[in-house]
Amino acid sequence: MKETSTRLVLHFPKETWDKPVIYKLVKDYDLIVNILRAEILPKMEGSAVIELRGDRKKIGEAVKFLRNLQIKIKPLELDIFREDEKCVHCGACIAPCPTNAFYLDKETFKVEFDKDKCVGCGHCIPACPIRIIYSAEF
Amino acid sequence: MRGENFKVVKTYEEINEKIRKGEAVVVTAEEMIEIVEELGVVKAAQEVDVVTTGTFGAMCSSGAFLNVGHTKPRMKMEEVYLNGVPAYGGIAAVDLYIGATALPENDPRNEVYPGKFEYGGAHVIEELIAGEDIELEAYAYGTDCYPRREIKKLINIKTINDAILCSPRNAYQNYNVAVNKSSRTIYTYMGTLKPNFGNATYSGAGQLSPLMNDPFFETIGIGTRIFLGGGIGYVAFHGTQHFTFNVKRSKKGQPMEGAGTLMVVGDMKQMDTNFIKAASILGYGVSMFVGIGIPIPILNERIAYYTSVRDDEIFAPVIDYSVDYPSGNAKPLKYVSYGELRRGFIELNGKKVPTSPVSSYYKAREIANILKDWIKSGKFEISRPAETLPAPEPNVKIEYGERRG
Ligand code: SF4
Ligand code: SF4
Repeated sequence: MKETSTRLVLHFPKETWDKPVIYKLVKDYDLIVNILRAEILPKMEGSAVIELRGDRKKIGEAVKFLRNLQIKIKPLELDIFREDEKCVHCGACIAPCPTNAFYLDKETFKVEFDKDKCVGCGHCIPACPIRIIYSAEF
Repeated sequence: MRGENFKVVKTYEEINEKIRKGEAVVVTAEEMIEIVEELGVVKAAQEVDVVTTGTFGAMCSSGAFLNVGHTKPRMKMEEVYLNGVPAYGGIAAVDLYIGATALPENDPRNEVYPGKFEYGGAHVIEELIAGEDIELEAYAYGTDCYPRREIKKLINIKTINDAILCSPRNAYQNYNVAVNKSSRTIYTYMGTLKPNFGNATYSGAGQLSPLMNDPFFETIGIGTRIFLGGGIGYVAFHGTQHFTFNVKRSKKGQPMEGAGTLMVVGDMKQMDTNFIKAASILGYGVSMFVGIGIPIPILNERIAYYTSVRDDEIFAPVIDYSVDYPSGNAKPLKYVSYGELRRGFIELNGKKVPTSPVSSYYKAREIANILKDWIKSGKFEISRPAETLPAPEPNVKIEYGERRG
Protein backbone atom coordinates (compact mmCIF):
# COMPACT_ATOMS: atom_id res chain seq x y z
CA MET A 1 0.00 0.00 0.00
CA LYS A 2 1.31 3.45 -0.95
CA GLU A 3 0.21 6.08 1.57
CA THR A 4 -0.28 9.55 0.23
CA SER A 5 -2.36 12.64 0.80
CA THR A 6 -3.88 15.23 -1.44
CA ARG A 7 -5.86 18.41 -1.00
CA LEU A 8 -8.80 19.05 -3.24
CA VAL A 9 -11.29 21.80 -3.82
CA LEU A 10 -14.75 20.34 -4.40
CA HIS A 11 -17.75 22.07 -5.93
CA PHE A 12 -21.03 20.36 -5.25
CA PRO A 13 -24.01 20.82 -7.54
CA LYS A 14 -27.20 21.49 -5.62
CA GLU A 15 -28.46 17.95 -6.22
CA THR A 16 -25.73 16.44 -4.10
CA TRP A 17 -25.93 18.58 -0.96
CA ASP A 18 -27.63 15.86 1.09
CA LYS A 19 -25.60 12.86 -0.13
CA PRO A 20 -23.39 11.15 2.48
CA VAL A 21 -20.26 11.78 0.44
CA ILE A 22 -17.72 11.93 3.25
CA TYR A 23 -19.15 8.82 4.86
CA LYS A 24 -18.65 6.95 1.59
CA LEU A 25 -15.07 8.13 1.26
CA VAL A 26 -14.30 6.79 4.70
CA LYS A 27 -16.28 3.58 4.48
CA ASP A 28 -15.83 2.45 0.88
CA TYR A 29 -12.36 3.80 0.19
CA ASP A 30 -10.83 3.57 3.64
CA LEU A 31 -9.59 7.15 3.52
CA ILE A 32 -8.88 9.64 6.27
CA VAL A 33 -10.83 12.74 5.38
CA ASN A 34 -9.87 16.07 6.82
CA ILE A 35 -12.35 18.83 6.05
CA LEU A 36 -10.34 22.01 5.88
CA ARG A 37 -13.23 24.23 4.88
CA ALA A 38 -16.79 23.63 3.86
CA GLU A 39 -19.78 25.69 2.84
CA ILE A 40 -22.70 23.41 2.30
CA LEU A 41 -26.23 24.70 2.67
CA PRO A 42 -29.50 22.85 2.10
CA LYS A 43 -30.49 22.59 -1.58
CA MET A 44 -27.73 24.91 -2.70
CA GLU A 45 -24.46 24.62 -4.48
CA GLY A 46 -21.65 24.10 -2.04
CA SER A 47 -17.92 23.95 -1.89
CA ALA A 48 -15.39 22.33 0.34
CA VAL A 49 -11.66 21.98 0.68
CA ILE A 50 -10.75 18.52 1.85
CA GLU A 51 -7.63 16.55 2.43
CA LEU A 52 -7.68 12.86 1.56
CA ARG A 53 -5.14 10.57 3.10
CA GLY A 54 -4.74 6.92 2.36
CA ASP A 55 -3.81 4.42 -0.32
CA ARG A 56 -2.92 6.15 -3.58
CA LYS A 57 -5.07 3.79 -5.70
CA LYS A 58 -8.04 4.22 -3.39
CA ILE A 59 -7.74 8.00 -3.60
CA GLY A 60 -7.89 7.71 -7.39
CA GLU A 61 -11.01 5.56 -7.16
CA ALA A 62 -12.56 7.98 -4.68
CA VAL A 63 -11.97 10.90 -7.05
CA LYS A 64 -13.77 8.92 -9.81
CA PHE A 65 -16.66 8.26 -7.45
CA LEU A 66 -16.93 11.98 -6.66
CA ARG A 67 -16.82 12.94 -10.35
CA ASN A 68 -19.64 10.46 -11.04
CA LEU A 69 -21.75 12.43 -8.59
CA GLN A 70 -21.17 15.52 -10.77
CA ILE A 71 -18.91 17.03 -8.15
CA LYS A 72 -16.26 19.24 -9.72
CA ILE A 73 -12.79 18.64 -8.40
CA LYS A 74 -9.54 20.47 -8.76
CA PRO A 75 -6.33 20.34 -6.77
CA LEU A 76 -5.95 23.04 -4.18
CA GLU A 77 -3.72 25.94 -5.16
CA LEU A 78 -3.42 28.52 -2.48
CA ASP A 79 -2.45 32.14 -2.75
CA ILE A 80 0.17 32.26 -0.02
CA PHE A 81 1.43 35.29 1.83
CA ARG A 82 3.59 35.79 4.87
CA GLU A 83 3.68 38.62 7.40
CA ASP A 84 7.35 39.30 6.72
CA GLU A 85 7.93 41.74 9.55
CA LYS A 86 6.87 39.15 12.14
CA CYS A 87 9.13 36.37 10.84
CA VAL A 88 11.71 35.08 13.34
CA HIS A 89 13.64 33.32 10.54
CA CYS A 90 13.56 29.96 12.29
CA GLY A 91 13.46 27.95 9.06
CA ALA A 92 10.64 25.55 9.98
CA CYS A 93 8.85 26.39 6.70
CA ILE A 94 11.82 25.39 4.51
CA ALA A 95 11.66 21.59 4.75
CA PRO A 96 7.92 21.16 4.02
CA CYS A 97 8.10 23.36 0.90
CA PRO A 98 8.48 21.19 -2.21
CA THR A 99 9.68 24.02 -4.45
CA ASN A 100 12.19 25.88 -2.26
CA ALA A 101 9.97 28.95 -2.31
CA PHE A 102 11.12 29.43 1.28
CA TYR A 103 14.89 29.50 1.51
CA LEU A 104 17.67 30.62 3.83
CA ASP A 105 19.75 33.57 2.63
CA LYS A 106 23.28 32.47 3.48
CA GLU A 107 24.54 36.01 4.07
CA THR A 108 21.80 37.51 6.21
CA PHE A 109 20.43 34.21 7.57
CA LYS A 110 16.95 35.52 6.93
CA VAL A 111 14.35 33.11 5.61
CA GLU A 112 13.10 34.61 2.36
CA PHE A 113 9.92 33.84 0.45
CA ASP A 114 10.07 33.70 -3.33
CA LYS A 115 6.45 33.83 -4.33
CA ASP A 116 7.19 33.04 -7.98
CA LYS A 117 8.29 29.56 -7.00
CA CYS A 118 5.23 28.83 -4.85
CA VAL A 119 2.78 26.26 -6.23
CA GLY A 120 0.19 26.83 -3.52
CA CYS A 121 0.25 23.40 -1.90
CA GLY A 122 -0.20 24.88 1.58
CA HIS A 123 2.31 22.64 3.36
CA CYS A 124 4.07 25.63 4.88
CA ILE A 125 0.99 27.05 6.61
CA PRO A 126 0.76 24.70 9.61
CA ALA A 127 4.55 24.24 9.68
CA CYS A 128 5.20 27.85 10.69
CA PRO A 129 5.38 27.74 14.49
CA ILE A 130 4.28 31.34 14.92
CA ARG A 131 1.50 31.11 12.31
CA ILE A 132 2.37 34.01 10.07
CA ILE A 133 1.87 32.20 6.77
CA TYR A 134 -1.65 32.50 5.39
CA SER A 135 -3.75 32.04 2.35
CA ALA A 136 -6.97 33.83 1.63
CA GLU A 137 -8.70 30.46 1.26
CA PHE A 138 -8.31 29.61 4.95
CA MET B 1 43.04 29.97 36.31
CA ARG B 2 43.45 26.33 37.12
CA GLY B 3 47.20 26.76 37.53
CA GLU B 4 48.23 27.51 33.96
CA ASN B 5 50.85 29.96 32.88
CA PHE B 6 49.03 32.26 30.57
CA LYS B 7 50.63 35.07 28.64
CA VAL B 8 47.55 37.20 29.15
CA VAL B 9 45.75 37.35 32.49
CA LYS B 10 42.80 39.66 33.06
CA THR B 11 40.33 39.77 35.95
CA TYR B 12 36.60 40.33 35.98
CA GLU B 13 37.23 43.51 37.98
CA GLU B 14 39.64 44.91 35.40
CA ILE B 15 37.20 44.23 32.60
CA ASN B 16 34.31 45.81 34.50
CA GLU B 17 36.45 48.86 35.22
CA LYS B 18 36.93 49.24 31.45
CA ILE B 19 33.20 48.73 30.85
CA ARG B 20 32.41 51.49 33.34
CA LYS B 21 34.82 53.84 31.60
CA GLY B 22 33.37 52.95 28.23
CA GLU B 23 36.75 51.56 27.14
CA ALA B 24 36.01 47.88 26.93
CA VAL B 25 36.58 46.18 23.61
CA VAL B 26 33.53 44.04 22.95
CA VAL B 27 32.99 41.90 19.86
CA THR B 28 30.58 39.16 18.86
CA ALA B 29 31.67 35.54 18.60
CA GLU B 30 31.45 35.85 14.80
CA GLU B 31 33.76 38.88 14.79
CA MET B 32 36.18 37.13 17.15
CA ILE B 33 36.86 34.44 14.56
CA GLU B 34 38.48 36.93 12.21
CA ILE B 35 40.25 38.83 14.98
CA VAL B 36 41.99 35.68 16.21
CA GLU B 37 42.79 34.65 12.69
CA GLU B 38 44.50 37.96 12.10
CA LEU B 39 46.18 38.61 15.42
CA GLY B 40 46.69 35.15 16.89
CA VAL B 41 45.26 34.18 20.27
CA VAL B 42 47.65 36.12 22.51
CA LYS B 43 47.22 39.48 20.83
CA ALA B 44 43.49 38.87 20.45
CA ALA B 45 43.25 38.15 24.19
CA GLN B 46 45.11 41.38 24.92
CA GLU B 47 42.87 43.43 22.66
CA VAL B 48 39.43 41.97 23.25
CA ASP B 49 37.77 42.10 26.67
CA VAL B 50 34.40 40.48 26.08
CA VAL B 51 32.96 38.24 23.37
CA THR B 52 29.17 38.15 23.10
CA THR B 53 27.20 35.10 22.01
CA GLY B 54 23.57 34.44 21.17
CA THR B 55 21.02 31.77 20.51
CA PHE B 56 17.33 31.79 19.59
CA GLY B 57 15.56 28.47 19.45
CA ALA B 58 12.58 26.53 20.69
CA MET B 59 13.31 25.54 24.27
CA CYS B 60 10.58 23.32 25.68
CA SER B 61 11.90 23.23 29.21
CA SER B 62 10.82 26.80 29.91
CA GLY B 63 8.22 28.33 32.15
CA ALA B 64 7.37 31.07 34.58
CA PHE B 65 6.51 31.55 38.23
CA LEU B 66 3.69 34.00 38.80
CA ASN B 67 2.40 35.46 42.01
CA VAL B 68 -1.04 36.73 41.14
CA GLY B 69 -1.71 38.57 44.42
CA HIS B 70 -4.10 37.72 47.22
CA THR B 71 -7.84 37.80 46.74
CA LYS B 72 -10.49 38.96 49.17
CA PRO B 73 -11.42 36.74 50.90
CA ARG B 74 -8.14 34.86 50.67
CA MET B 75 -7.78 31.75 48.59
CA LYS B 76 -5.24 28.93 48.34
CA MET B 77 -5.46 28.22 44.62
CA GLU B 78 -5.13 24.55 43.83
CA GLU B 79 -6.44 23.99 40.32
CA VAL B 80 -5.44 26.92 38.15
CA TYR B 81 -6.00 27.87 34.50
CA LEU B 82 -4.61 30.80 32.53
CA ASN B 83 -6.64 31.41 29.37
CA GLY B 84 -7.74 27.78 29.77
CA VAL B 85 -4.20 26.42 30.00
CA PRO B 86 -3.55 24.50 33.22
CA ALA B 87 -0.90 25.98 35.51
CA TYR B 88 0.67 24.24 38.49
CA GLY B 89 -0.80 25.35 41.80
CA GLY B 90 0.92 22.94 44.16
CA ILE B 91 2.88 25.73 45.85
CA ALA B 92 1.78 28.55 48.15
CA ALA B 93 -1.63 30.22 47.99
CA VAL B 94 -1.31 32.52 44.98
CA ASP B 95 1.99 31.30 43.54
CA LEU B 96 1.79 29.25 40.41
CA TYR B 97 3.98 27.91 37.62
CA ILE B 98 3.01 28.00 33.98
CA GLY B 99 4.99 25.63 31.80
CA ALA B 100 5.66 26.45 28.15
CA THR B 101 4.34 23.14 26.78
CA ALA B 102 1.09 22.99 28.82
CA LEU B 103 -2.04 22.50 26.70
CA PRO B 104 -5.69 23.29 27.39
CA GLU B 105 -7.67 20.19 28.32
CA ASN B 106 -9.85 20.51 25.22
CA ASP B 107 -6.95 20.67 22.74
CA PRO B 108 -7.38 17.76 20.32
CA ARG B 109 -3.65 16.92 20.62
CA ASN B 110 -2.73 14.52 17.83
CA GLU B 111 -6.24 13.13 17.39
CA VAL B 112 -6.37 14.82 14.03
CA TYR B 113 -2.84 13.98 13.00
CA PRO B 114 -0.61 15.93 12.76
CA GLY B 115 -2.02 18.11 15.53
CA LYS B 116 -1.77 21.88 15.20
CA PHE B 117 -1.34 22.87 18.86
CA GLU B 118 -2.55 26.41 18.35
CA TYR B 119 -2.42 27.53 21.99
CA GLY B 120 -0.55 26.58 25.14
CA GLY B 121 1.55 27.76 28.06
CA ALA B 122 4.08 29.53 25.86
CA HIS B 123 1.29 31.62 24.31
CA VAL B 124 0.16 32.65 27.80
CA ILE B 125 3.74 33.67 28.62
CA GLU B 126 4.12 35.61 25.36
CA GLU B 127 0.80 37.40 25.88
CA LEU B 128 1.72 38.28 29.46
CA ILE B 129 4.97 39.82 28.24
CA ALA B 130 3.04 41.68 25.54
CA GLY B 131 0.97 43.26 28.33
CA GLU B 132 -2.26 41.54 27.35
CA ASP B 133 -4.91 40.59 29.92
CA ILE B 134 -5.04 36.91 30.79
CA GLU B 135 -8.06 35.15 32.29
CA LEU B 136 -7.21 33.46 35.57
CA GLU B 137 -9.57 30.72 36.69
CA ALA B 138 -8.83 28.91 39.94
CA TYR B 139 -10.46 26.44 42.31
CA ALA B 140 -9.69 25.55 45.91
CA TYR B 141 -11.06 23.32 48.67
CA GLY B 142 -11.27 26.15 51.22
CA THR B 143 -9.59 26.32 54.60
CA ASP B 144 -10.13 28.33 57.78
CA CYS B 145 -7.44 30.78 56.73
CA TYR B 146 -8.13 30.59 52.95
CA PRO B 147 -11.91 30.25 52.65
CA ARG B 148 -12.47 31.23 49.02
CA ARG B 149 -13.19 28.32 46.68
CA GLU B 150 -13.19 29.76 43.21
CA ILE B 151 -12.29 32.81 41.19
CA LYS B 152 -12.37 34.02 37.62
CA LYS B 153 -10.70 37.31 36.85
CA LEU B 154 -8.38 39.08 34.46
CA ILE B 155 -4.75 39.47 35.39
CA ASN B 156 -2.06 41.57 33.76
CA ILE B 157 1.70 41.52 34.11
CA LYS B 158 1.60 45.16 35.20
CA THR B 159 -0.57 44.45 38.21
CA ILE B 160 0.48 41.00 39.46
CA ASN B 161 3.27 40.87 42.05
CA ASP B 162 5.75 38.75 40.16
CA ALA B 163 6.31 37.20 36.80
CA ILE B 164 9.63 35.41 36.81
CA LEU B 165 10.78 33.35 33.88
CA CYS B 166 12.47 30.30 35.39
CA SER B 167 13.46 27.60 32.96
CA PRO B 168 14.97 24.33 34.09
CA ARG B 169 16.83 23.62 30.86
CA ASN B 170 17.78 26.17 28.21
CA ALA B 171 20.67 26.91 25.90
CA TYR B 172 21.69 23.31 25.17
CA GLN B 173 25.40 23.31 24.38
CA ASN B 174 24.89 21.31 21.19
CA TYR B 175 22.02 19.48 19.53
CA ASN B 176 21.14 16.63 17.24
CA VAL B 177 20.71 16.85 13.51
CA ALA B 178 17.42 15.09 12.75
CA VAL B 179 16.69 12.78 9.80
CA ASN B 180 13.99 10.24 9.00
CA LYS B 181 14.89 6.80 7.68
CA SER B 182 11.30 5.51 7.59
CA SER B 183 8.98 5.51 4.60
CA ARG B 184 6.52 8.13 5.85
CA THR B 185 6.75 11.84 6.69
CA ILE B 186 7.12 12.43 10.42
CA TYR B 187 6.36 15.52 12.48
CA THR B 188 8.81 16.12 15.30
CA TYR B 189 10.06 18.89 17.54
CA MET B 190 12.83 19.14 14.94
CA GLY B 191 10.23 20.00 12.32
CA THR B 192 8.88 18.08 9.36
CA LEU B 193 11.14 15.21 8.32
CA LYS B 194 10.61 13.67 4.91
CA PRO B 195 10.88 9.91 4.40
CA ASN B 196 13.98 8.05 3.27
CA PHE B 197 16.43 10.71 4.48
CA GLY B 198 14.61 13.34 2.43
CA ASN B 199 15.92 16.21 4.53
CA ALA B 200 17.85 17.04 7.71
CA THR B 201 17.10 19.70 10.30
CA TYR B 202 19.40 21.22 12.91
CA SER B 203 18.92 23.52 15.83
CA GLY B 204 22.20 24.71 17.35
CA ALA B 205 23.60 28.22 16.90
CA GLY B 206 27.07 26.78 16.24
CA GLN B 207 29.81 29.40 16.35
CA LEU B 208 27.49 31.93 18.01
CA SER B 209 26.16 29.49 20.61
CA PRO B 210 26.95 30.56 24.20
CA LEU B 211 28.12 27.23 25.57
CA MET B 212 30.18 26.43 22.44
CA ASN B 213 32.30 29.47 23.15
CA ASP B 214 33.00 28.39 26.74
CA PRO B 215 33.07 24.62 26.28
CA PHE B 216 34.43 23.80 29.74
CA PHE B 217 32.34 26.34 31.67
CA GLU B 218 35.34 28.39 32.74
CA THR B 219 33.40 31.67 32.83
CA ILE B 220 29.70 30.76 32.66
CA GLY B 221 28.43 29.64 36.04
CA ILE B 222 25.93 30.28 38.82
CA GLY B 223 25.06 33.96 38.86
CA THR B 224 26.36 34.85 35.40
CA ARG B 225 24.45 37.89 34.14
CA ILE B 226 22.92 37.23 30.71
CA PHE B 227 20.56 38.55 28.05
CA LEU B 228 17.31 36.65 28.56
CA GLY B 229 14.27 37.24 26.39
CA GLY B 230 15.14 40.88 25.80
CA GLY B 231 15.83 41.68 29.47
CA ILE B 232 18.60 40.97 31.92
CA GLY B 233 18.58 37.52 33.46
CA TYR B 234 20.92 35.17 35.26
CA VAL B 235 22.21 31.65 35.18
CA ALA B 236 20.58 30.07 38.25
CA PHE B 237 22.25 26.67 38.19
CA HIS B 238 23.25 24.02 35.73
CA GLY B 239 20.22 22.93 33.75
CA THR B 240 18.59 19.52 33.95
CA GLN B 241 20.32 16.81 31.89
CA HIS B 242 23.63 18.68 32.20
CA PHE B 243 26.06 15.94 31.19
CA THR B 244 29.46 17.38 30.45
CA PHE B 245 31.74 14.51 31.48
CA ASN B 246 32.89 11.75 29.15
CA VAL B 247 31.45 13.31 26.05
CA LYS B 248 33.12 13.19 22.66
CA ARG B 249 34.81 16.52 21.94
CA SER B 250 36.28 18.14 18.87
CA LYS B 251 39.71 19.75 18.58
CA LYS B 252 38.94 22.98 20.43
CA GLY B 253 37.00 21.14 23.14
CA GLN B 254 33.44 21.61 21.89
CA PRO B 255 31.21 18.62 22.72
CA MET B 256 29.86 16.61 19.78
CA GLU B 257 26.53 15.94 21.49
CA GLY B 258 24.05 17.75 23.78
CA ALA B 259 26.31 17.99 26.88
CA GLY B 260 25.87 21.11 29.05
CA THR B 261 22.66 23.02 29.80
CA LEU B 262 21.63 26.05 31.85
CA MET B 263 18.84 26.83 34.25
CA VAL B 264 18.03 30.50 33.75
CA VAL B 265 15.91 33.10 35.55
CA GLY B 266 14.82 36.61 34.72
CA ASP B 267 12.16 39.21 35.36
CA MET B 268 9.48 38.87 32.70
CA LYS B 269 8.43 42.47 33.26
CA GLN B 270 11.62 43.53 31.42
CA MET B 271 11.21 41.10 28.56
CA ASP B 272 10.20 41.66 24.98
CA THR B 273 8.11 39.46 22.67
CA ASN B 274 10.76 39.86 19.97
CA PHE B 275 12.83 37.45 22.02
CA ILE B 276 10.20 35.25 23.68
CA LYS B 277 7.80 33.72 21.19
CA ALA B 278 5.32 30.91 21.48
CA ALA B 279 5.80 28.11 18.96
CA SER B 280 3.12 25.71 17.69
CA ILE B 281 5.04 22.76 16.37
CA LEU B 282 3.03 20.64 13.95
CA GLY B 283 2.37 17.14 15.28
CA TYR B 284 4.48 17.73 18.37
CA GLY B 285 3.05 20.39 20.65
CA VAL B 286 3.63 23.87 22.00
CA SER B 287 7.12 25.11 22.74
CA MET B 288 8.73 28.50 23.25
CA PHE B 289 11.37 30.35 21.30
CA VAL B 290 13.74 31.87 23.82
CA GLY B 291 16.49 34.33 23.02
CA ILE B 292 19.60 34.07 25.19
CA GLY B 293 22.89 35.91 24.97
CA ILE B 294 25.87 35.35 27.21
CA PRO B 295 28.99 37.50 27.51
CA ILE B 296 32.31 35.71 27.76
CA PRO B 297 35.10 37.66 29.42
CA ILE B 298 38.43 37.06 27.73
CA LEU B 299 40.45 36.35 30.88
CA ASN B 300 43.31 34.65 29.05
CA GLU B 301 44.39 33.39 25.64
CA ARG B 302 42.78 29.99 26.11
CA ILE B 303 39.35 31.60 26.34
CA ALA B 304 40.24 33.69 23.29
CA TYR B 305 41.09 30.44 21.55
CA TYR B 306 37.71 28.83 22.33
CA THR B 307 35.78 31.91 21.29
CA SER B 308 37.46 31.80 17.89
CA VAL B 309 35.73 28.50 17.14
CA ARG B 310 34.01 28.44 13.76
CA ASP B 311 31.11 26.46 12.35
CA ASP B 312 33.43 24.13 10.43
CA GLU B 313 35.02 23.04 13.73
CA ILE B 314 31.78 22.25 15.57
CA PHE B 315 30.15 18.88 14.98
CA ALA B 316 26.69 17.52 15.71
CA PRO B 317 25.41 13.93 15.59
CA VAL B 318 22.94 12.93 12.88
CA ILE B 319 20.11 10.98 14.50
CA ASP B 320 17.16 9.12 12.99
CA TYR B 321 13.92 10.46 14.50
CA SER B 322 11.59 7.79 13.08
CA VAL B 323 12.86 4.74 14.98
CA ASP B 324 16.19 5.29 16.74
CA TYR B 325 15.38 8.44 18.73
CA PRO B 326 11.84 7.46 19.79
CA SER B 327 13.04 4.01 20.91
CA GLY B 328 15.67 5.60 23.14
CA ASN B 329 18.49 3.80 21.34
CA ALA B 330 19.78 6.60 19.19
CA LYS B 331 23.18 5.98 17.64
CA PRO B 332 24.69 8.79 15.59
CA LEU B 333 24.59 7.86 11.90
CA LYS B 334 27.50 10.24 11.46
CA TYR B 335 28.82 13.59 12.63
CA VAL B 336 28.49 16.69 10.49
CA SER B 337 29.81 20.21 10.98
CA TYR B 338 27.68 23.31 11.38
CA GLY B 339 29.60 24.65 8.40
CA GLU B 340 28.16 21.89 6.20
CA LEU B 341 24.72 22.29 7.75
CA ARG B 342 24.65 25.99 6.99
CA ARG B 343 25.85 25.49 3.44
CA GLY B 344 22.59 23.63 2.81
CA PHE B 345 23.58 19.99 2.29
CA ILE B 346 25.06 17.07 4.17
CA GLU B 347 26.10 13.76 2.72
CA LEU B 348 24.47 10.65 4.06
CA ASN B 349 24.97 7.15 2.62
CA GLY B 350 26.35 8.70 -0.52
CA LYS B 351 23.26 10.84 -0.93
CA LYS B 352 23.07 14.64 -0.84
CA VAL B 353 20.52 15.54 1.83
CA PRO B 354 19.22 19.14 2.01
CA THR B 355 19.45 20.79 5.43
CA SER B 356 17.41 23.52 7.07
CA PRO B 357 17.43 25.02 10.55
CA VAL B 358 14.66 25.08 13.13
CA SER B 359 16.28 27.86 15.16
CA SER B 360 17.16 31.35 14.08
CA TYR B 361 20.76 32.26 13.39
CA TYR B 362 19.52 35.68 12.31
CA LYS B 363 18.08 36.31 15.79
CA ALA B 364 21.13 34.77 17.49
CA ARG B 365 23.26 37.33 15.68
CA GLU B 366 20.88 40.14 16.59
CA ILE B 367 21.07 39.12 20.28
CA ALA B 368 24.88 38.96 20.27
CA ASN B 369 24.92 42.47 18.79
CA ILE B 370 22.42 43.88 21.30
CA LEU B 371 24.43 42.43 24.17
CA LYS B 372 27.57 43.93 22.68
CA ASP B 373 25.90 47.36 22.60
CA TRP B 374 24.68 47.00 26.18
CA ILE B 375 28.19 46.23 27.41
CA LYS B 376 29.83 48.95 25.33
CA SER B 377 27.39 51.52 26.63
CA GLY B 378 28.19 50.55 30.23
CA LYS B 379 24.68 49.37 31.09
CA PHE B 380 25.66 45.72 31.45
CA GLU B 381 28.64 44.53 33.46
CA ILE B 382 29.99 41.02 33.46
CA SER B 383 29.81 38.92 36.61
CA ARG B 384 32.14 36.38 38.16
CA PRO B 385 30.14 33.22 38.84
CA ALA B 386 29.48 32.35 42.48
CA GLU B 387 30.24 28.75 41.53
CA THR B 388 31.33 27.16 38.31
CA LEU B 389 29.16 24.44 36.80
CA PRO B 390 30.13 20.78 36.70
CA ALA B 391 32.54 20.27 33.79
CA PRO B 392 35.81 18.50 33.13
CA GLU B 393 39.16 20.29 33.20
CA PRO B 394 39.98 21.84 29.85
CA ASN B 395 42.41 19.57 28.06
CA VAL B 396 42.80 21.28 24.73
CA LYS B 397 46.07 22.45 23.27
CA ILE B 398 46.00 26.08 22.29
CA GLU B 399 47.32 26.84 18.84
CA TYR B 400 49.44 29.90 19.38
CA GLY B 401 50.55 30.45 15.82
CA GLU B 402 48.91 33.11 13.77
CA ARG B 403 46.52 31.33 11.51
CA ARG B 404 46.76 33.75 8.65
CA GLY B 405 46.79 31.52 5.61
S1 SF4 C 1 2.32 26.77 -0.47
FE1 SF4 C 1 3.63 24.99 -0.92
S2 SF4 C 1 4.96 25.69 -2.58
FE2 SF4 C 1 4.03 27.53 -1.72
S3 SF4 C 1 5.53 28.22 -0.21
FE3 SF4 C 1 4.05 26.94 0.90
S4 SF4 C 1 4.96 24.92 0.89
FE4 SF4 C 1 6.06 26.09 -0.68
S1 SF4 D 1 8.41 29.10 9.80
FE1 SF4 D 1 7.38 31.09 10.01
S2 SF4 D 1 8.66 32.25 11.45
FE2 SF4 D 1 9.86 30.49 10.79
S3 SF4 D 1 11.05 31.27 9.05
FE3 SF4 D 1 9.20 30.39 8.18
S4 SF4 D 1 7.76 32.10 8.05
FE4 SF4 D 1 9.40 32.76 9.41
